Amino acid sequence: MNESVDGIGNGAARVGGVMSRATVPMLVSLAILSVLSLTIGNAGFAFGTLWTTEMGLTELLAITRLPRLVAVIVAGGGMCVAGMIMQTISRNRFVSPSTVGTVAWCKMGILCGTLLFVQAPMMVRMALAFAFSRGGTFFFMKILSRIPIRNIITVPLIGMILGAVVESLNTYLATRFDLVQNMESWLQGSFALVIRGRYELLYIGIPVVAVMYAYANRFTIAGMGRDFASGLGLNHGQIMAVGLALAALMTAVITITVGALPFVDLVMPNLVSAFRGDNLRANLLDTALLGANFVLLCDLVSRTAMYPYEIPVGVTASILGGAIFIWLLVRRNRYAGA
Amino acid sequence: MIEINCVSKSYGQKEVLKDVSIAIPEGKISAFVGSNGAGKSTLLSIASRLLPASGGSVSIDGTRVENWNSRELAKRLAVLRQSNFMNIRLTVSELVSFGRFPYSQGRLTGEDKAIVEQALEYMEITDIRDRFLDELSGGQRQMAFIAMVIAQDTHYVFLDEPLNNLDIKHSVHMMRVFRNLVDSLGKTVVIVIHDINFVSCYADYIVALRNGELIGAGDRDGIMTPSVLEEIYGLKIDIHQIAGNDICVYYK
Repeated sequence: MNESVDGIGNGAARVGGVMSRATVPMLVSLAILSVLSLTIGNAGFAFGTLWTTEMGLTELLAITRLPRLVAVIVAGGGMCVAGMIMQTISRNRFVSPSTVGTVAWCKMGILCGTLLFVQAPMMVRMALAFAFSRGGTFFFMKILSRIPIRNIITVPLIGMILGAVVESLNTYLATRFDLVQNMESWLQGSFALVIRGRYELLYIGIPVVAVMYAYANRFTIAGMGRDFASGLGLNHGQIMAVGLALAALMTAVITITVGALPFVDLVMPNLVSAFRGDNLRANLLDTALLGANFVLLCDLVSRTAMYPYEIPVGVTASILGGAIFIWLLVRRNRYAGA
Repeated sequence: MIEINCVSKSYGQKEVLKDVSIAIPEGKISAFVGSNGAGKSTLLSIASRLLPASGGSVSIDGTRVENWNSRELAKRLAVLRQSNFMNIRLTVSELVSFGRFPYSQGRLTGEDKAIVEQALEYMEITDIRDRFLDELSGGQRQMAFIAMVIAQDTHYVFLDEPLNNLDIKHSVHMMRVFRNLVDSLGKTVVIVIHDINFVSCYADYIVALRNGELIGAGDRDGIMTPSVLEEIYGLKIDIHQIAGNDICVYYK
């Protein structure tokens, strides 16, 4: 480890509690990006007219722009927090909902919901998505506990293989029942279709984060191993189960409303822990803020890069997130323990 | 008082502990000694509730270990296995604070903070409190984990090879800390340890194992004899009086 990296580690020493030096700047940038997000779009936007009685602008805000902004922030923050929890409890920096197949299972749940119930109500699809995400992630963890070789890279590789198998089943089902177009349009990770009445499910994410925060210290301790957790009087298996269920619930809520946001849940938690360490409780707020900032930025790029057309945010997130991930790996090849 | 009655442990066909019965004396340093694979670590894990026994029972303060409330037990007994959490990025003070978890469930009170502070000072690691564990040497990391156990402030302290990774200075410091925990604070310390001379100089009570069987348990003086040591280690060991200590000589 060289001097500069050491310097980063010490410089990140806690300011106290759940805030770090980066928290306030991230809040400011989130505010700036939010204003940008509200003002950019096909329909012109001028603040001067906001307070006039002119119809249209307030409606525009209420029906599309604000829901979109809320969706981006909750989805970005929530996905990263889910990734952080999975990383922590699995003791593996490459484990996240998108790398171990949680997202693929979730899609299968949504697909089954659509197949079994024509015009399925949102809550039914949601329940199925959650059941599949949770079941699939548990299944993955069970496989892991049976495999003696615990190379840090083997774990996500198995997850990706499993995820790919599930994805191919999804594609088969979708092809068989003529749902390909349908599935692609929901699940590609896009905020373009978020309008009032179609995103409210995301609010479930907020209490989920609150529960995650309450459990944060337990997750960190569970991440140090079964013996370590038992020594401190904790039931390791129970904490793992709670953590996986919360991460799966968050993934399901987000995937069902806005689709898959690849890479975000892997890269952002790694970026936070590279600078701030693995104390989940101290990092949860920063992780959520960083994720929200990043996805909001990706969404802005998606909307403006080929204006007036829109690139799916999943594509932008993959490109930007992938670049950051490579930078992180090159810069700190020691850090991941690989 | 911790009583181990007729404890055995098998993995499939392999029996790693055979019918071991001991009572761990209060207010003393007890050392589990024996060759590699003798069953020391297994016995320590069973006695400290980390591992269920295949047969027999363990009782702590008169209550069988499986009947203890796990949170209450964590205030009574702390245990540290050989630690290799190499890739966790916690700072030293964050780790030590986790020692207070059984009491505060993560919300540190002023008293908790004072105890964490004391533990850091006790192990002389206040200067590295904000460093990440994965940036420390093996010895420093070991000191941090012991500080966490001290912050847990339990009557019983079980440690599996606490001198692992430590240089001579840190080893001596560590053993003095254990001595002090027992003599000043009245705690009961149980360690698995390989260096027989540290056992000779610091332990009060010795539990000797060989191939999963108990071959002797008793006060230091009763076990530290050439004949018993030869039985434990399968090696001829001379004992010499040097500066008031019994020193084992077996190197050549």
